Amino acid sequence: MNHTTHFAFFDEGSKREIRRAILKAVAIPGYQVPFASREMPIARGWGTGGLQLTLSLVGLNDTLKVIDQGADDSVNAVSIKALVGASTGIAMTDQTSQATLIQSRHRIPEVPLTENQILVLQVPMPEPLRPIEASEQVTKRLHAEKEYSGAYLSLFEDILRYGTMAAGADHPVMVEGRYVMAPSPIPRFDNPKLDKNPALILLGAGREKKIYAVPPYTQVKSLDFEDHPFRVEDFGGAHCSLCGTQGVFLDELYDPTTGRTWHQCNDTSFCGRNAP
Amino acid sequence: MIQQQAGALLKVRNLTKRFGDGCPQCLEGLGTGNDAEEGPLHHNYCPICGTVHALRDISLDLWPGEILGIVGESGSGKSTLMRCLYFDQEATEGEFFLDPFDGGKANVLKVSAQARRAIRHTLLGMVYQNPVMGLRMNYSAVANIAEKLIAAGSRNVGTMTARASELLDQVNIPLRRMGESPSRFSGGMQQRVQIAKALSNRPPLLLLDEITTGLDLSVQAKVLDLVRQLQADLGIGMLVVSHDLGVIRMLADRTLVMLNGRVVESGLTDQILEDPQDPYTQDLVHSLL
Repeated sequence: MNHTTHFAFFDEGSKREIRRAILKAVAIPGYQVPFASREMPIARGWGTGGLQLTLSLVGLNDTLKVIDQGADDSVNAVSIKALVGASTGIAMTDQTSQATLIQSRHRIPEVPLTENQILVLQVPMPEPLRPIEASEQVTKRLHAEKEYSGAYLSLFEDILRYGTMAAGADHPVMVEGRYVMAPSPIPRFDNPKLDKNPALILLGAGREKKIYAVPPYTQVKSLDFEDHPFRVEDFGGAHCSLCGTQGVFLDELYDPTTGRTWHQCNDTSFCGRNAP
Repeated sequence: MIQQQAGALLKVRNLTKRFGDGCPQCLEGLGTGNDAEEGPLHHNYCPICGTVHALRDISLDLWPGEILGIVGESGSGKSTLMRCLYFDQEATEGEFFLDPFDGGKANVLKVSAQARRAIRHTLLGMVYQNPVMGLRMNYSAVANIAEKLIAAGSRNVGTMTARASELLDQVNIPLRRMGESPSRFSGGMQQRVQIAKALSNRPPLLLLDEITTGLDLSVQAKVLDLVRQLQADLGIGMLVVSHDLGVIRMLADRTLVMLNGRVVESGLTDQILEDPQDPYTQDLVHSLL
């Protein structure tokens, strides 16, 4: 196949630099490795970190799946697939189990991942301590000294105000007992999937120029308090109105004319699989 | 001047803080006498190399439950001393011993960053002149206190909230305002929240840096009453920095007078105020309104 661009868009030097950052990230689980984030044909904040990871990892034998908030066919997912497809010619899939490489915005698929898969998560805000400390110099020092009271403080304030840890997404996690990490804005529902996951999980923040990783079978624990243990979202026994599944992450839909609400699987490819 | 004695809560020896590398002229001209005109320095500034000698050879002892006052004009190094002792700034040279840490044998300026942080969170409490330095203005008063408890290892919301409420009650912050952020408090209330935060882990040593500056007289009196009451009830050792001799007279048993980064006089507070020996202290006492 003739390409009008380099294979996987990047020159080899760029790929090598990003892979080197990935290796370091895998060697220090949860640690944010700085890297030279490239200019991309999509705007920063639209998944450039994830895209750079994907492009530096993809090979001719890979099968790629791209998810945007659980959907395989939303604009962002389609555009990213079009770019990777045009510059590599590799196969695309919607099925989680068939993919070797999965780039995702803000969800971990419902189908369990395997050792043969890599999950790439797009990250807008890699620094879990940023809300309480503006200076990068200071947050680097706090990580070095394992001083994470600031991360707990935000959760404490939530409990005071709302009676519960209210973060709807991006609930901070402790990786292998050492680094506190922002898991990217995945719902709390997906946090437990990070723990001891057989797949390699890579997180890329293009705008903030950071790469970090959760290697396979790494212990990942969501931060919580003794008397306020971490809990995932509760859907109160609701099920998907299309496929009837319970116990997955559901979107609530609302009809303003009738006032009726119903639920649907957020992971669209999973939902389709179970359709009657 | 000060003897090395066992049992002191806090011992500081030859603490020095320089901003700049220093040059042979200013480094050798130091510490040779009590004359402010000594060496090439202009006050604490070396005109040859541009180095600021913020603290020069400070030594002091503080006994358990004692209040030691530190007076001196603006720029004399009082706040720098407090920041070095609270590890906000790194001292250039010197030794600093705390009796509850390793029996006072280890120089805590030389221990690991983690150990210093643990000391800061469990053995020390700091009240800054400016509450913005010591508080998170957009977090609730309770959360501000909880921060120090979390840092010391607590992970229980119930016990932390109870402890914070108890402390805020102790410093007379009304119960109904505990969930509000300090940004909505008056200056005096902010200062009292800082004191409550500093007390949260029952530290044996409190560092109070100009805590009444900028407060009106009646509020000043309330804060000072609180400090005295805490000392009487809890027996906490305190280092009190102020440029206000009235505050020092009311609180401190012993006092150090600082000028241009050095201690120029030390002794019992009454003695210093009634019979100052150093020319600068004489000036200071005579300018008292």
